[in-house]
This record gives sequence, structure tokens and C-alpha cells, in this order.
Amino acid sequence: CCDIRSLEVEDKVISPEKAEEAKLKARYPNLGHKPGGSDLLRKRLQKGQKYFDSGDYNMAKAKIKNKQLPTAAPEKTEITGDHIPTPQDLPQRKPSLVASKLAG
Amino acid sequence: MAGAGGGNDVQWCFSQVKGAIDDDVAEADIISTVEFNHSGELLATGDKGGRVVIFQQEPESKNQPQCRGEYNVYSTFQSHEPEFDYLKSLEIEEKINKIRWLPQKNAAQFLLSTNDKTIKLWKISERDKRPEGYNLKEEDGRYRDPNTVTTLRVPVFRPMDLMVEASPRRVFANAHTYHINSISVNSDCETYLSADDLRINLWHLEITDRSFNIVDIKPANMEELTEVITAAEFHPNQCNTFVYSSSKGTIRLCDMRASALCDQHSKMFEEPEDPNNRSFFSEIISSISDVKFSHSGRYMMTRDYLSVKIWDLNMETRPVETYQVHEYLRSKLCSLYENDCIFDKFECCWNGNDSVVMTGSYNNFFRMFDRGYRQDVTLEASRENSKPRSVLKPRKVCTGGKRKKDEISVDSLDFNKKILHTAWHPLDNIIAVATTNNLYIFQDKLN
Repeated sequence: CCDIRSLEVEDKVISPEKAEEAKLKARYPNLGHKPGGSDLLRKRLQKGQKYFDSGDYNMAKAKIKNKQLPTAAPEKTEITGDHIPTPQDLPQRKPSLVASKLAG
Repeated sequence: MAGAGGGNDVQWCFSQVKGAIDDDVAEADIISTVEFNHSGELLATGDKGGRVVIFQQEPESKNQPQCRGEYNVYSTFQSHEPEFDYLKSLEIEEKINKIRWLPQKNAAQFLLSTNDKTIKLWKISERDKRPEGYNLKEEDGRYRDPNTVTTLRVPVFRPMDLMVEASPRRVFANAHTYHINSISVNSDCETYLSADDLRINLWHLEITDRSFNIVDIKPANMEELTEVITAAEFHPNQCNTFVYSSSKGTIRLCDMRASALCDQHSKMFEEPEDPNNRSFFSEIISSISDVKFSHSGRYMMTRDYLSVKIWDLNMETRPVETYQVHEYLRSKLCSLYENDCIFDKFECCWNGNDSVVMTGSYNNFFRMFDRGYRQDVTLEASRENSKPRSVLKPRKVCTGGKRKKDEISVDSLDFNKKILHTAWHPLDNIIAVATTNNLYIFQDKLN
């Protein structure tokens, strides 16, 4: 319900949500204009992706062809770009051999 | 105000807590799902390490008739293991996303557990006797020299210490390109559905090499993707009906009798939004993280970031009840977006007679809303209130102005202590509340 006073200050009263939005846009001016849209959803769908696609793989292969093949094992943390991952390089994820502490 | 929950005189008491006390939580120990079976006798948990632990309620003892039985470990097993899909460069987590029990048909218990990609049917059976007196084998299993066998005897079953065995009976794999978020057993007890971000499949419990796709919302051009499926559930007694919720805050009800592919919904539930109030966060906080039918099948409940809504299946235009879980967070959305908490997926549950609903929040708080008495309460799962049968004191968050004694201010809330998973015993006032790595069991005070 409106009374005259609240109508007068309407322009100045911003909902807490809009105030938070203004804060966010001030910190990240380049934030996408499609809120909650494709970018966020696609990030969600790609969860678990360890390496980029074969395009990345072929680019890296082309670069390395011109260099000497490294003899030492590449650092495990370099996983994209210049580094071609091989099954041997992948950190072996073993299942927990320890029983759950809930059962302890 | 006394704890809400089935009458305004219900008081919740601490019963048990499971898990390690230390603050250093290993990732594998993070609890990812909690579920009572249909009788409430068994309580299953799944964790990020792919393990399932099942607790069983002890029968009420004659010594303490006023106390309900405690839940003790019944069985534990490794359900899923980490995998790597080399073709897609995809790491497949072993985290158990959901556990759903099958209704009991014989002496054994069955449950479905799922990670992001694969659903498994587990059989949990008891063995309390074993055959003894074989003719060709010694008691330890070694084969006897046949020349020493001079008499014949009939082996007999003798009692042994109870052994509970879990064995995988079916593995339902390779049917989901995207990450499975829900499984739901049909009331026909023969089929179940599994839902990922973009598709829902229908399975028969006996058949693992085939499933039917019943919902597909993948756009032809992925650039046009605007919403994903967040949860799905079968109706509790209409075997042709199921619902699925979306990241845009809508719920679609589908009828499998209408067509093989249920892309056309039979009903769409959506609350109209005031366009003037729309902000960057609107869609994110409207994303539904859980949908649950009431036991009666007349209502369904949805959980979005800030509220719980009850919908009457006969009315699509708006919910019949809305409960604010932690409205004070609306003025913190910017930081909650930055620390990713705004994407936390809280679940919700009904009590046995659909009169009270419960959901979790931050700071290890959880909330109950009594629909009949219009009361709500905030309780805390913490080791500090863990004296046996001690009554839980209601908690209050101070939203501004002067903080009263015993209140906690919004800025003091610990956003790393989140209660995402809760479960309510189907018949009794017993609840299971999962903090990050501990499982709390609370009961109402019996006088």
C-alpha cells in the first residue's frame, strides 16, 4: 500500500537485490549481460572436463613437432596448451581404501 | 517458541552424531546424500568418496520404553569408484549424488545409488546361518581326500554371527551424456527414472542394456541453451506421472500416457515474477535445487536459493505456500555470488503426514516449517548441543539493528558450514541432518 511519503522516496529506495546487483557490476564491469544464461549453464555442463578438445591437442602437437621432444616427464600441473596429456600422465585417482568415518 | 514439527509442543532433542570430530575434513568424507528407507528402519548415507554407509535402528529396548532405538552401522561398501573417460577427457567423480531405496519385497533390501554417470542397484542381505557338515569339504573349505570319506551325512544349517552383505546386482551405465542429478523409483516398483542436466531416461530395474529417453531439452544449437533440468521425481502413487524442475524456477508435470517422449508437459508450474524486481541474480536464485512430492501426492515442494514453496498439483499459477528460509541473505547476494555459495543446492523434505517441511541453511542451521500451525523454527546441528537427549534451543539470526543476546548476526554466519541434505523418518519424528562430514540424528522428546 502506498502513502504519499513512500511515493516521494520511491526513486531512492532500491531493493536489496538491486543494490547487490549494482555492487557486483561495479566490481566486474564486463560481466555478461545475459544473467544466469548460457555461460553459467555451459560451465555447469562442462564440469569434470580435464582437458580441452582435440583442437587443442593438435595445436600442441604441431608446436612440439618443431621442438625437441622433452626427455623429462612434463610437470603434471601443465595440462593444456603446450602439453599433450597421455594416459600415463593423468593423476591416478584411486578409490578410497579407507572406510567411511561415519562407520567408525 | 517450542520446536515446530507436528504440533506446537514438539521439542527436538539430540540423539546421535556420526563421523569424525576433527576439523580437517577429507574430501572423501563429505556427505552427499541421506535417505531413510520406506519403513524408517534403515538410514543410508553416500559420500564424495563413493562410499555408502547404512545404519539400522535398534529395536526399542524393554529397559527404556520411552526411548526410541539408536541407529547403528549395519553395512558399508564402496558403491562407485573414480573413472576417467579418455574419449571425452572427462573425469568422472565417484561422489554419490543420490540414493533411493526400493520398497521391500522379501528378506533382502535393495537400493539404487548413482554418481554423475552410472546407476547401480545394490542388494543388501543378511546371513545368520551357514551350512556345516559337508561330506567333501573340511570346515575351513579345504577339500577332503575322497579316500578318507567313509560315511555320508546330511549338512545342516547352524546359526552364525550376523553378516550383512552388499552386492551390486545391476549396473545401469552409458545412458547419460550429462551429469545425473536425480533418480526416482516408480510406484510400480518395476521402473525408475534418472535425470541429467538435459535429459530424463526411464529404466526397467531388470534391464541394464537399454533405457528409454522420455524428456530431452537439449537445443539443436547449444548456444541457445537457456535452462537445464535440476531435479525429477515420480508421483508417489500415479505411476504415469512425474515432475521435473528447471534452473529457471519452473516445474513441469508430465504424463507418460500422453506420448512416448514427454517434451510437451501436461502442466507447467511457475510463479509470475514482477519484472520491476528483476535483477542479475533473479534467475540464479530462482533455480530449483530440489523437488519432492508430498506423501499424499496432492502437493509438491520446491526449494530455491532463498525459499521453500508448496504447490497444489491442481494449481499451476502460483504456489499455495511460500516459506522464507534465510531472506536476510538477499542483501548479501553479491558476496554469495563471488564465493559461489549462491549455487549451493539445498534439498528439502516432508514429515510423515505432510504437516511439516524441513530444509537446511548455513552455519549448520536447519529450518522447519509447520504448515498447520504456521510456525517455523531454526535449529542448529553442532557438537556443542550434543548431550544425549538435550533439547535443542531455537536459534535466531539478527538481521539488523541491535543484536540480542543469543542471536547471531548475518555477518558472523559460517558459509562453509552448510546443511544441504536432510531426511525425515517416514513414520516417526526422527530426523537425520548432514553437516559437511557428520550425520546428526534428532528425535522429538517423548514424555
